[in-house]
Amino acid sequence: MIWDTIFAPFAEFAFMRRALLGCLAIAVGSTPVGVFLMLRRMSLTGDAMAHAILPGAAVGFLISGLSLGAMTIGGLVAGMIVALGSGLVSRMTALREDASLAAFYLISLAVGVLIVSTRGSNVDLMHVLFGTVLALDNAALVLLCSIASLSVLTIALLFRPLVLECADPQFLRSVSGLSAITHFVFLSLVVVNLVAGFHALGTLMAVGIMILPAAAARFWAAAIGSLILVAALIAIIASVSGLLLSYHYSLPSGPAIILAAGIIYLLSVFFGSVGGIVTQALPRRHIET
Amino acid sequence: MGALAFKDLTLGYDSLPAVHHLDTEIEAGSLTAIVGPNGAGKSTLLKGITGALSPSEGRVTLAGLTRNDIGYLPQQADIDRSFPMSVIDLVAMGLWREIGAFGWLGRAQRDRVRAAIAAVGLTGFERRPIGSLSGGQMQRALFARLLLQDSQLVLLDEPFTAIDMRTMSDLLGVVRAWHDEGRTVIAVLHDHEIVHAHFPQTLILARELVAHGPTAQVLTSENNARARAMCEACASMPHICGKSAA
Repeated sequence: MIWDTIFAPFAEFAFMRRALLGCLAIAVGSTPVGVFLMLRRMSLTGDAMAHAILPGAAVGFLISGLSLGAMTIGGLVAGMIVALGSGLVSRMTALREDASLAAFYLISLAVGVLIVSTRGSNVDLMHVLFGTVLALDNAALVLLCSIASLSVLTIALLFRPLVLECADPQFLRSVSGLSAITHFVFLSLVVVNLVAGFHALGTLMAVGIMILPAAAARFWAAAIGSLILVAALIAIIASVSGLLLSYHYSLPSGPAIILAAGIIYLLSVFFGSVGGIVTQALPRRHIET
Repeated sequence: MGALAFKDLTLGYDSLPAVHHLDTEIEAGSLTAIVGPNGAGKSTLLKGITGALSPSEGRVTLAGLTRNDIGYLPQQADIDRSFPMSVIDLVAMGLWREIGAFGWLGRAQRDRVRAAIAAVGLTGFERRPIGSLSGGQMQRALFARLLLQDSQLVLLDEPFTAIDMRTMSDLLGVVRAWHDEGRTVIAVLHDHEIVHAHFPQTLILARELVAHGPTAQVLTSENNARARAMCEACASMPHICGKSAA
């Protein structure tokens, strides 16, 4: 029973093993980025950036079909234009970064949907929006694993400046010139991980595997290191559960994975040991003064 | 000899100057309070000294000092207390100049971090998240970080706001020790009694320089009234500066 339910789909079908490997790579690469996005109160920035890469991916898709390289480059270019453009506008004008980002990503999203609608089909649009995790080939897996490795390595290298940039940016600016570089590299990591994510989960769902595990982990861990580890673990559990749900009940795999992460998030909100609703309501021991 | 000099310094945001054509020098080894009404440009001046804010006109000259010789205590409001960080991790950031962005903390450095925490009376709080500290405990932790920075020029932005008398007394002891060691200390303060009692030099700012010199001569009711009037005049009747280059 357990074998048939949990292990057999992966043991018997190569496409399931590929999907699992792809999701694990995305989980490991994206969740540290998601944790820092959440701690910097930029969770919705991830969502905006996910929409922003749509036109680039769509152009790549329409020019070369399911070409990994064309869609990746298109997504990266579109994402970087929106990240840099909105950052420049907010620094050179009175407009705040959230408004500037919203303007850029809405323009980008409109362009993307327009391109796909006028030049492609509804199937194309669904492909770009929701991904094809069950159709990952070797090249896609190499790309996802490379991006995950690059992302983890970069976060490890920039860990201290990233922490200070979140917690005490004035102090970082007073001791180091790394503040602007850290911000730019971090935004680049967001874009790169979203591009990795859209190959498997689509542009709309890619941000889910980045943010939901991070938000859920906040209810289980109190230190930054354990937050990242718990978030990655939640992302992995959600990936496996989502793929199995998709396999057994013939559900679309991307939404199934994100829904699994969403269920873990809701359970964490109620039962999380760090500030969960039920945990807070229970009588707790305290130190005698 | 001046530890730092402001030459026709204008600092601001967009076209609104918060500090306007400031010309003065702060002596090396001095203990100086910067006072002035809200919106007088006091915190902006500290950001200009650290280099976080570039002058729109004029310059700040650090005599024989580099950016690495500056220790800066920001206002507590600038720090995200909800960030999941322990006291020992926060204080250890004071060793940034030794370990940089990528270095490891050795055993000797960890001992120094613990010694700094003990020096401000926070022993036992090492593993506590910064979000669980009171305002006074947080300020002690930030002073411990400054102790580790071992800076020749120490900048304090409202260091005694919203803390109890005992904490203030302890932290004033740390400030006096820095002064006795010959470091230059500049603190933005609102409490004039503290300034009169502990700070020999005072710089009164109201976007422009109102007065700078020995506290007993400078921190007078006339100068304070003048500073308030200058800030209110600027707020009610902003005008294009005649000294501006463009």
